[in-house]
Parts: sequence; C-alpha cells; structure tokens
Amino acid sequence: MSEVFHFLGQNIEAIYILALSIFLGIEVISNVPAVLHTPLMSGANAIHGVVIIGAIIVMGEADPQNYLALALGFIAVILGTLNVVGGFVVTDRMLEMFKKKEKK
Amino acid sequence: MELSQNLLHIIYLLASLSFILGLKMLSHPKTARNGNLIAGAGMTLAIFATIFLYHNAEGAPVGNLPLIFLGLIAGTIIGYIMAKRVKMTSMPQMVSFFNGMGGACAALISLNEFGKYTQNNYAETLLNGHVLMILLGIMIGSVSFAGSMIAFGKLEGKIKDYVLPRQQLFNVLLLVIILGLGAYLMLQTEGKIVLLYVITLLSLLYGVLFVLPIGGADMPVVISLLNSFTGLAAAFGGFLYGNRAMLTGGILVGSAGTILTILMCQAMNRSLLNVLVGAFGGQSGQAAAQSSEMGVIKEISLNDCAILCNYAQRVIVVPGYGLAVAQAQHITHEFESVLEERGVEVKYAIHPVAGRMPGHMNVLLAEADVAYDKLLEMEEANPLFKNTDVVLVIGANDVVNPAAKDDPTSPIYGMPILDVDESKTVVVLKRGMSAGYAGIENRLFFNDNTRMLFGDAKSSLEKLVKELKNI
Repeated sequence: MSEVFHFLGQNIEAIYILALSIFLGIEVISNVPAVLHTPLMSGANAIHGVVIIGAIIVMGEADPQNYLALALGFIAVILGTLNVVGGFVVTDRMLEMFKKKEKK
Repeated sequence: MELSQNLLHIIYLLASLSFILGLKMLSHPKTARNGNLIAGAGMTLAIFATIFLYHNAEGAPVGNLPLIFLGLIAGTIIGYIMAKRVKMTSMPQMVSFFNGMGGACAALISLNEFGKYTQNNYAETLLNGHVLMILLGIMIGSVSFAGSMIAFGKLEGKIKDYVLPRQQLFNVLLLVIILGLGAYLMLQTEGKIVLLYVITLLSLLYGVLFVLPIGGADMPVVISLLNSFTGLAAAFGGFLYGNRAMLTGGILVGSAGTILTILMCQAMNRSLLNVLVGAFGGQSGQAAAQSSEMGVIKEISLNDCAILCNYAQRVIVVPGYGLAVAQAQHITHEFESVLEERGVEVKYAIHPVAGRMPGHMNVLLAEADVAYDKLLEMEEANPLFKNTDVVLVIGANDVVNPAAKDDPTSPIYGMPILDVDESKTVVVLKRGMSAGYAGIENRLFFNDNTRMLFGDAKSSLEKLVKELKNI
C-alpha cells in the first residue's frame, strides 16, 4: 500500500494534469454538430500522434550498438510520423470542403 | 543547458495549448480548418524542440540524429502521399490506418523502454508505477493497432464479420489472462522479456478478436473508440518520460474520443455496450430468408422519373454510401440546380450515419458545392416528408429501412430512420437488389409508392439530367 502512495506522491503533478485534461476533453467536445464528427475524430487521431515525441526520445537514447533497440526505435519514429502527418493532412482534406463553400 | 530545458518546457506548454485550442476549434464548422492547422503547428514545434533541446537525466542530448531524420522524412513522405491520394470514400479506413500506426508506435516505445529499464535496474523489483505504465502502454497500444488494422480491412471489404462460438466468453477470458500475466510479470524480480513478448502477442490477438465480430456498419464507432485507446497509450508514454505534451495530448484525445464515441452511438440510438457486444452481422440470415414473401418491386423508367421530378413541388434527396462509391455528388448537384431553375424545391436529408461515417455525406456534397442550408439533418427532414412529392434515395439502404421502426427481430431495430415512406413517391436509385451494409432486406423497396431505378447512380443521374433538359 505504501508503494501506491509513494507512486501517487511522486507523480502528483502528472495526476493533476491527467484529471484536468479528462474534464477538458469532455468539455471541449460536448457541443459538436454531427457534421463534424468525422473530421473531429480524424483531428483527434492526429493529435495522439504526439506519441512520436516518445519515439524520438527512445531513438535518441538508444545505444548505437544495440541494433534491436535501433530497429524498434526507427520503426516507431516512422509509424509515429505517419500518424501525425497522415492524420493532419487527411483532416485538412476533409475540412477543405467546408471551407470552399464559405467563400461564396 | 538550463536555458534549453526551460525553453523545451515552454514549447511543450504551447503545444499542449495548441492541442486544446485545436480540438475546441475543430468542433465548430467555421473554425474547424484553422483548428486543425493550429494543432498541427503545435505538433511540429514540439517535435523539433524535442530533437534539438531534449536532454536525458544524464544531460546527454538526442543521439542517432541521422536515423531520426531519416525516419521522420520517410514517414512524412509516405503519410503525405497516402493522405493526399486516398479517395473521399475511403477516408474512414485511412483514419483507422493512421490510428493503428499511432498504437503500434506507442507499443514499440514501451517494448524498448522495458528492455532498457530491466538492464539498468536488475536489482530492484518490478512492482512499481514505471513498469505498470510500460505494461499498459504495450497492452493498449497493441490492441489499438491490431483492432485498427481489422477495422481498416473491414471497411476495405477485405475482411468479413466472423463470430466464433462463445466468442464473448473467450474474449473476456483472454483479457483476464493478459492482465494476469501482466500482474505476474510485475511480481518478478528480474525482467522476463519473453513474458513481455507473450503479453504483446496476446494483446494483438485480443485486438483482432475484439473487432472481428462487430458489424461493418458499426466500424465508425469502433474506430472512434480505438482512437481514444491510442490517446491513452500515448498518455502512458507521457507518464514514462514525465513528458507533459504527450500527457495532455494523449489524455485529451482519450477523453474527447470517448465522448465522441458515445455521441456517435447516440446518433444511432444505441448504447456503446450494444454496439460492442451485439454482434451485428450474426442474425442477418433469418431476415434475408423472409424476403421472397415481401411482394413485388416496381421499376420506373428514366423518362417517367424525370417527369415526376419536374412537376413536383418539393424533392428530397437521401444520399447514402452508394452515392459516394459512384462518385455521383457532382451530378447530383447538377440535377438539383436544373430542378431549382424550374421552381422545384430541392433539399437533402442526411441521416447521421449515412455513408460509412457520421458527416461523410456532408463532406461529399460540400465537395460538389451543394449549399450548406440545403442539407437537412434527420430531425429537420422527417416532418417534411409528408408534404414531399418525390424522395430520391441515392445509394442509401439501411437508413431508410422501416424494419428499424417495426420489426423487433431486425438487427437495426431501434435505430432512428428517415421516414421516406411518408412521401408521395419514393424513387430508389440502386445497382441491384443486394442488401445494404447491415446485410438485411429492405421492405421499403416493395412498398406501393416505391419505384426502383436500377443502375449505377452516376450514369442514372446523368441520364435523368438529360431527360429533364428535354422536358
């Protein structure tokens, strides 16, 4: 039990962020019209591509002699980048179409 | 170094704010596109700041830079080309694919981190928060990756729905085994990397079995759910590195994604549990068997249909996935303009889950420059059908199936539908008599006031426009 408290105490800042972000996420989304469900999902999809930062850190700390770690890290960087770039570009393409019409 | 660390923290803060602002702006039509760009800018900033400013606990900067840049460039080129080339009809599976990539990335990070952790801390027990975060990252990332790939395959039409006997029980059992192995691993004093691989493989298997029995029509909901899973996996990575940008970004997507999933379910008038547990495709056999007794279908000629529309007061178009497949959005808009010139009021009735995703039809019609105010949501459209002369159903099926209202045995029973049968005449443009995506027959086609116009939606509409101009 004391380990649990120790862990919570050590990470109390992260836990604050976690709790507040949960509520923020719910608030931010709540009034979205059905039209935007798909683009919003796609945009959120791009945002969790932030995991790429973890991939960069893993890769950056990998021992250049450890080929397994290098290979895993390299694949992680590629996949993470796919998530970010593909995610944002697809979302932009979806939203482009709403934009066009507004100019008229 | 002190300065660069503070700068990095500030940039992560900016990135986190850009994600929040981006999501907020994405939920309003006017600001959506800029919201996406802002979030993208924040992400780019965070990526480059990590590469150039990050130092680990020992103060070493990011190494292996050539490989990192190679990976970034390769990922950017592939991702950009895929996202630009994908057809509007295939957007949903594209989102699923990219989501899977994020999940796999999170799982790989955790795998790597475990190897490193056990090398450096072999004397300690594994019962701590760090290992827990690693395990959760691997499990959720793997489930998200495998599930997204299955969802991708289903939407591409390459994977059919399978329901194994006692599948629900098996799934629950598998989940218990995975969690049990995770707990067992944490009680060990040294890192058993083989055990971790087993957990990874089982999690992948769970992802496959989790999505496999869920019907294709429910894939949007599943993708949205897996999307929030990946968000969680990213957040666990953030915990590992004490990285606040990953933490906020991940959790934000996790909670927003969950709410979005629930909103999507509400649009179909079903609960999330019903979507996940009630295997959709399973019961379709019985419903199809009854079809022969439903009556006779009546076809309509192009000429008759054109005349019908020309002299109508109001025409409502109900678009569905068939319209997207046939790429008929532009010709539909032309058809609408010709009728409007002749004083016919033309509207579009959009069912919340028409197409393969919520909002799919709006995006498609917007591409063809259809005016925003012509698109009616289901609640606006339903009272209008009574006073509508012609309803043109273009490639839609399940969303106009009356079985959803009055046949409790139907798998789509309870889903709100567009009440097109209340109008004077319904014309259904359809390739053939095949069942809709949910795999069930549609009694609407046999109604007295329904006429069928068989053929490819695009060429049928082209011919209709030609006929109209001759009148």
